[in-house]
Amino acid sequence: MSREDVLVTADWAEKNLGTEGVVFLEVDEDTTAYDGGHLPGAVKINWTTELQDPVRRDIVSQEQFAELLSSKGVANDDLVVLYGGNNNWFAAYAYWEFKLYGHEKVVLLDGGRKKWELDGRTLTTDVPERPGTSYTAKPADASIRALRDEVVEAIGTKNLVDVRSPDEFSGKILAPAHLPQEQSQRPGHIPSAINIPWSKAANEDGTFKSDEELTALYGEAGFDAGKSTIAYCRIGERSSHTWFVLRELLGHADVKNYDGSWTEYGSLIGVPIELGSK
Amino acid sequence: MCGAPDQAALLPAGTDLTKETVLAGRVVSGDKPVGGAFVRLLDGTGEFTAEVVSSASGDFRFFAAPGTWTVRALSRSGNGEATLSPESPGLHRTEIAVA
Repeated sequence: MSREDVLVTADWAEKNLGTEGVVFLEVDEDTTAYDGGHLPGAVKINWTTELQDPVRRDIVSQEQFAELLSSKGVANDDLVVLYGGNNNWFAAYAYWEFKLYGHEKVVLLDGGRKKWELDGRTLTTDVPERPGTSYTAKPADASIRALRDEVVEAIGTKNLVDVRSPDEFSGKILAPAHLPQEQSQRPGHIPSAINIPWSKAANEDGTFKSDEELTALYGEAGFDAGKSTIAYCRIGERSSHTWFVLRELLGHADVKNYDGSWTEYGSLIGVPIELGSK
Repeated sequence: MCGAPDQAALLPAGTDLTKETVLAGRVVSGDKPVGGAFVRLLDGTGEFTAEVVSSASGDFRFFAAPGTWTVRALSRSGNGEATLSPESPGLHRTEIAVA
């Protein structure tokens, strides 16, 4: 796995907007962003209603994922290019779900919407019509998803990477600062976790830092390359960004995303919590 | 700098300004609002905390906490930043001039 296999540049994307077999999918935290303008030909995915189960707290099932991609007109052998706002947080979350359900050819657009907009590239409000497909999803790949019991067992043994901001890690605030703070769960972090905010892996324009910069960043923060790793944040989207960096860009073998993240862990009865920075 | 009714209209329903420390403001270039700017909130150590996109009227807002914060805007019209030091919950406003 190398950077070229998992990441495309805005220049590449601009040249391949109409290429057959290449599907651009936009996934935003702000689910209305697409409607105000998107890459020509791109299809919208709403992470709140289409990548999560509408009733239970969980990601969509294998069957739901297959139905979603069939309805969006994505074929199993298409090259899917994911991009979105907010430095690709939710595009990375979608990427992780695509990998979880075995889609083979999927890449992120480096810099997402932000770089595209700062570059002044074309956006359109035209919504493409793609004929439906019969998409087949594979069973969920458990090797890239951590569930809560495994996270508790990982305390003191695996790399636990908390990618939230330092104030969320220390327990000063409960959610990213663009969201209301009133939440039910306890603040703090999982004992033995190291705090490496996702933002340190990205440049100001939303592109990923170089492999050399990323390797230095995690090494200096106490990441042990010889250990298995679980990344978490608040709801699993920022940790998807870091999961992408550690597994897809840097090639670490055993890296899982804990999508339950702090909204689950901080609500569990009886688990240990640590407060303060370190 | 707290709680004028027209500014409160920018807040989601149910926002409790006796508990929430809201940092809000507008991105401007000269006297014109800049929509679509990427506004990031940096904490007292310069660490990235959050990022939003300014509205068509150049407005942005964050839910933070008392302390010292920098708001920094990136846009096609240029970049700029401003500092806010709220000491208590409530609505705290600023303007970011980009050039």
